[in-house]
Amino acid sequence: MSKPSSKSAKAAFYDVDGTLVKTNIVHTYGYYAMNRGSLWGIAGRTLAAVASVPIFAALDAVDRKIFNEFFYRYYAGLSEDRLLTLAEEMFEDLVKPAIFPKARDLIEEARRSGCKIVFVTGALDFTVRPLVKYLEADDLIANKMQYVGGIATGKVIPPIIEGANKANAVREYCVREGLALDKSFAYSDSGSDYAMLAVVGRPTAVNPDIRLRALARAYQWPILDLR
Amino acid sequence: MRSLKTLRKLYDEESHVVVTERGSPPRVLFSGEDFLLEDLPIGARVIYPRAPLEGVPNLRATIRYAINHPEGMEPLHALLRPGMKVTVALDDISLPLPPMRTPDVRQSILEIVLELLADSGVDDVHLIIANSLHRRMTEAEMRRMVGEKIYRSFYPERYYNHDAEDPAGIVELERTGHGEVVAINRRAAESDLIVYVNINLVPMDGGHKSVGTGLANYESLRAHHNPTVIRESDSYMEPARSALHRSTERIGRVIDRHLKVFHIETAINNRMFDGQLAFLGKKEEDYTEFDRLKLQGLRYTLSKMPRAAKRKLFMSIPAPYEVIGIHAGATEPTHAKTLELCWRQYAVPVEGQSDIVIYGVPYISPYNVNSILNPLLVQVMGLGYFFNLNRGVPLVKKGGVIILCHPAYDEFDPEHHPSYIEFFNRLLPETRDALVLERKYEREFATNPSYVHLYRKGNAYHGAHPFYMWYWGENGRQHVGKVIVAGAENNHVPEILGWQRTDTLAEAIDIARGFAGRSAEISLVHLPPILQTDVSL
Repeated sequence: MSKPSSKSAKAAFYDVDGTLVKTNIVHTYGYYAMNRGSLWGIAGRTLAAVASVPIFAALDAVDRKIFNEFFYRYYAGLSEDRLLTLAEEMFEDLVKPAIFPKARDLIEEARRSGCKIVFVTGALDFTVRPLVKYLEADDLIANKMQYVGGIATGKVIPPIIEGANKANAVREYCVREGLALDKSFAYSDSGSDYAMLAVVGRPTAVNPDIRLRALARAYQWPILDLR
Repeated sequence: MRSLKTLRKLYDEESHVVVTERGSPPRVLFSGEDFLLEDLPIGARVIYPRAPLEGVPNLRATIRYAINHPEGMEPLHALLRPGMKVTVALDDISLPLPPMRTPDVRQSILEIVLELLADSGVDDVHLIIANSLHRRMTEAEMRRMVGEKIYRSFYPERYYNHDAEDPAGIVELERTGHGEVVAINRRAAESDLIVYVNINLVPMDGGHKSVGTGLANYESLRAHHNPTVIRESDSYMEPARSALHRSTERIGRVIDRHLKVFHIETAINNRMFDGQLAFLGKKEEDYTEFDRLKLQGLRYTLSKMPRAAKRKLFMSIPAPYEVIGIHAGATEPTHAKTLELCWRQYAVPVEGQSDIVIYGVPYISPYNVNSILNPLLVQVMGLGYFFNLNRGVPLVKKGGVIILCHPAYDEFDPEHHPSYIEFFNRLLPETRDALVLERKYEREFATNPSYVHLYRKGNAYHGAHPFYMWYWGENGRQHVGKVIVAGAENNHVPEILGWQRTDTLAEAIDIARGFAGRSAEISLVHLPPILQTDVSL
């Protein structure tokens, strides 16, 4: 059994997709596809995305890491400026209306209890920044796209933030920021975030999928519904 | 079958105390969702509740008379003026137990009060459930409590649960002379008049505790919901001898100085069972053959049902309580009248204390209506409520033994009691010392954002509530030498609670006698219905 930390500063780590917001990265990619620029570009990317849906679903079920790597390739060729502009527009059009009604309350409650608010997501950082600003989070742990000459390569700078890596990222963040991991909170909707939930002292399942609901019941973690 | 002659010699019909003799019938005890039928040793006392007092013949007339002839205040109609802001606060689902048959007396009072408000040109009216740090009532429970018509008119904008964690929804008044925080619901504090509709089930309820606790927040409750104050209370069911009540009185007086509060307090009788279950309110000596048959049938049926189904069945049987009196007006004179009625119904004179006291713990407590009586609640029933159902002198002697009959199952309701789960599994194995728990962990739980969220948006008890449950048992824990839980189905729950377990009541009595001596005096308190022992030494 690990010794309780003597540090008192703590954080609340939130997964984003499905936890605070009713979207996921497929929606995000869909938005970019639809805003490609030329008509042919839109049609081509939309068709490619639609055709890939069964592959996405299968990959997501098997391994979120492979899913993410596969998925981010679809960003290749888009310019950095374009992505940033689209991120703002996408937030207004797609993300803001999809924020769960009680998400802000939950974040406020954590802030009142003295927690630093950190979002941890497998999405790309530029897509989540407007949300971070809107919900007044203090920090963001997210994937970063690799650019060459201002153009996205479709590759993510490792390590990819997902699954067990989310737990590592959270642990390292606590060490770096002088936060007590055992007094910190983590919130997620997905069984794929089990490692991140297990690594903190106060895990909570939010709108959980079947796998996470079973885990939360077994480990007697609180279960919230933000919908 | 025992002859009438034998039965007659066993007890005095008027007495509430029966001494077990050779040939006495076995006693019926609650044990969670089941009934035990147990023979007691010869000489053991069985203490029964008083018979239910007669209900008022015309409830609506009684309500009207009370609000027109209040104690220490002008009549309600004289306090009203058109355009004023009124908040009506209501006791929550923890009262009464089990929930009463519809129409709930709160509905009857509201029908009259709301009509009077409307006729007086008062349209800005909110109904707030004074749930304090208890769970929010569900929509269905809220509808049942006030009836369809009021529910449709007020829910959800003007009929809702108090939220002690809403940063914008709480107002802090001046502190008491003892430095206690006085914080209450903003809507109530900003109203021209607060009408508090109470149900007084036990003497702990009502009076200054209504607004000062029901509409307060965590910081305000800390003044009296703590182990130090509980230890200083001889019994928190006897307000005159309770430091808890002295604190709530100080807080309540500050509230009365700042705000106009018109209390409507109701006292109900102890008629918990009727119809086919009426025999549960009788002495076993009075059972007819048909009653015995019904008991056997009930026990057999329950033995074949899964626990969840039994719980559902019991929770679906409302109690046929009758109102025995309604008083209205200023806090203290109104509550004094209510307490008189409570004691007329509940107080049972008993001569001398006992070394060993036995209680059957039923399926329900104030904190698990429509839910599970988890281990912490078994503890609060035994060492909190039952132990404190006295008028300053506990029934059990100092260092004596309490025997609780309950399966002590390790079951918690994650929706209603999420913080209890962590408290029981993480904190109690570390320490059972209430002072340490308070100092080290209470604030951590109270500010845990997940628990705060579940309290505010779900139907969970506040993160601090399991601590209060543990503090509630503090008097009992400090007083008794041993607690035995008879019929516990596992070892770990009694162990975590610091108790001993046995399979049967007979074994528990044997162990208790080994602890307290072979000549130990034994009492069984035949609850429910509720009674409060008035022990003379």
